[in-house]
Amino acid sequence: MKILIRQGRVVDPANDTDEVRDIFIDKGVVAESAPEIKKGADTVIEASGKIVLPGLIDMHVHLREPGREDKETVETGTRAALCGGVTTVLAMPNTDPPMDSVENVRRLSGIVRKTAAARVLISGALTRARRGEEPVVVQELKKAGVVALTDDGASVDNIEVMKEVLLQAREAGLLVICHCEDKALSGRGVVNLGYMSTCLGLRGIPREAESKRVERDIEISGMTGCPVHIAHVSCRESVDIIWRAKQKQMRVTAETAPHYFSLSEEALVNYDTNFKINPPLRTVEDVAAIRGGLKDGAIDCIASDHAPHTENEKEIEFDRAAFGVVGLETQLAAGVTELVDKRVLTWSQLAEKFCVNPARILGCGRGHLKVGAPADVVVIDPAASWTVRGEDFASKSRNSAFLGRTLKGRVTHTIRDGQVVFTYAPAAAA
Amino acid sequence: MKTKSAWTRKDLVGLEPLTREELGTVLATAESFKEVIGRTVKKVPALRGKTVVNLFYEPSTRTRVSFEVAAKRLSADVINIATEESSVRKGETLIDTGRNIEALKVDIIVVRHNCSGAAAMLARRMRASVINAGDGWHEHPTQALLDMFTLKEKLGRLDGIRVSIVGDIAHSRVARSNIWGLTRMGAQVTVCAPPLLIPPGIERMGVRVTHKIDEALDGADAINVLRMQFERDSGDAFPQQLEYFKTYGITVERLKKAKKEILVMHPGPINRGIEMASDVADGVHSVILEQVTNGIAVRMAVLFLVAQANEFIDPKGTSKK
Repeated sequence: MKILIRQGRVVDPANDTDEVRDIFIDKGVVAESAPEIKKGADTVIEASGKIVLPGLIDMHVHLREPGREDKETVETGTRAALCGGVTTVLAMPNTDPPMDSVENVRRLSGIVRKTAAARVLISGALTRARRGEEPVVVQELKKAGVVALTDDGASVDNIEVMKEVLLQAREAGLLVICHCEDKALSGRGVVNLGYMSTCLGLRGIPREAESKRVERDIEISGMTGCPVHIAHVSCRESVDIIWRAKQKQMRVTAETAPHYFSLSEEALVNYDTNFKINPPLRTVEDVAAIRGGLKDGAIDCIASDHAPHTENEKEIEFDRAAFGVVGLETQLAAGVTELVDKRVLTWSQLAEKFCVNPARILGCGRGHLKVGAPADVVVIDPAASWTVRGEDFASKSRNSAFLGRTLKGRVTHTIRDGQVVFTYAPAAAA
Repeated sequence: MKTKSAWTRKDLVGLEPLTREELGTVLATAESFKEVIGRTVKKVPALRGKTVVNLFYEPSTRTRVSFEVAAKRLSADVINIATEESSVRKGETLIDTGRNIEALKVDIIVVRHNCSGAAAMLARRMRASVINAGDGWHEHPTQALLDMFTLKEKLGRLDGIRVSIVGDIAHSRVARSNIWGLTRMGAQVTVCAPPLLIPPGIERMGVRVTHKIDEALDGADAINVLRMQFERDSGDAFPQQLEYFKTYGITVERLKKAKKEILVMHPGPINRGIEMASDVADGVHSVILEQVTNGIAVRMAVLFLVAQANEFIDPKGTSKK
């Protein structure tokens, strides 16, 4: 299939490109990139006034399969990804069973081969059953195809166990992703500890539950020589710690999620469980610090932490509701609305956060549009405003923190390996 | 019964969102109902034909009985549902329970729940009126309203008075509702507790914080003493009982240093000898039993106002004379 994307503003920071160009795609790769290409194509995408980015790489996605297919499956999750311009996802291992054995990873690989609409990379657990007690057999998981290790949703409390598994990961050349939460501090908390938890009468989660664990995990990274990636950074202290570690040339990278640069704890005023997230929404000062961290490079990437849940688990008392929100279909628009439009990041910097840096951290060789590169491309109408509605999601779940909000930036086309896999079609009745 | 001024809320979830005018309306309405409950025939037909359900997920006798008496004084039918006997234990969710109650054509649901936000959640989804009878640590609006009513009755005003709230502020819905209501009416509020029991950021709610009981008593027109729940199974750190009484317990000696006419209040039930000495609870400063009586008048006012504001209750105006 030959595809010609005409006269879009191609933002490809890995190749220092931010200009209006044509892109010609053939045989699954970027075949040509020039100011003007005169070639016949099966599909011509008129992209004048639009932004053309490498396909997004989302490092933090819960596909829920196997085990919780009522929330999401590999198929629905990856369809949702394509709607959001995401062509590669890293699947989190907290499935049922978890990705702590070769057998389980092979099982998931099989499901991915049969049903995935986007590219799915698989992460393995750090410890058996993600209990933080016994390290997995890292080399075997690597052979089975995992590209990273994490106990996401839990932190390994025991320092010796953490050290052991990081040493193994370094040997295997696998990235370790850290969910930084000291459960002894976060306890049964459900929202950020502070004025809002006091007003709402809800148990608070102190910021130290995150930042102290970020500090510890970076320290263990230093001791073992194994690079670590800090997941879902939510507070100012963590940003500062990561920034200082980077100044000292520590091998640490970090991600944040769109809700942490878009929303503060004030959103919780009506006990809407779509704002119940772990780590919790923090203060407006933290939102500013997260934006600052994205700007100055303390935070390398944006990942959705797409965490689908059924209504049964969300439409209940706040204390009892599940943590987490979906995000695959809204993250890019949240980035455009909150970061590009508000001049926190340029388009080029946004592409670094969504494409270039995740590709570099995962070593997956995509995230750019160089001639010869696999043609994962997303076309965005940057001016299109749309209102987020649960019923429009491709995801099985609707627990979005952006429901009812108007966002700017609409994915119009997603191309994966040279195939148009998503085209935005406005509802006929509209 | 005439309404004193516009009240448009179908629910009462908390005092935090209420304006000074709305609070004034409730207190003024309660005043006329207090006259009713002083009569020999203590009943008015204001809610005749209406049904009030007391949906209690937490054990409570006094609040439940107070709502029951209030509803009956307004001629409403009252049904009490406690967790032990409902389908709650069979795993039914709060919303499903609410919807089922609503399907019985109930007009007002009075809900007590151990989760903060439960009343708000129910109110958002019900066409029936929802009155919060206490949700977790969040709010207990009718308790604060009856405290305010009592204060106004005794002191003649709320604007400019000084009220100290002593006890487990962190885990108290009574404290939060009192803080919102009193500060909005212009009262100066001090909260007093050991540091462990003062929640972070509470100053932003407009109160002064002290850890010294003498500072809380000094110059106060009234002191509202919270019940200490040492039996609480929260896993949170908590002071020792005896130590607490020694440091924060309200005794006759301590009161000698306070204003001569200081009012002593307590939402009940009292732990005698823990947060308050027996001779204080029964002493001249105590208005604790008057609070209980006023609770009826205040709850009548709230039931009446939300019923009036909710069209669903009376689509055909059949009960209007």
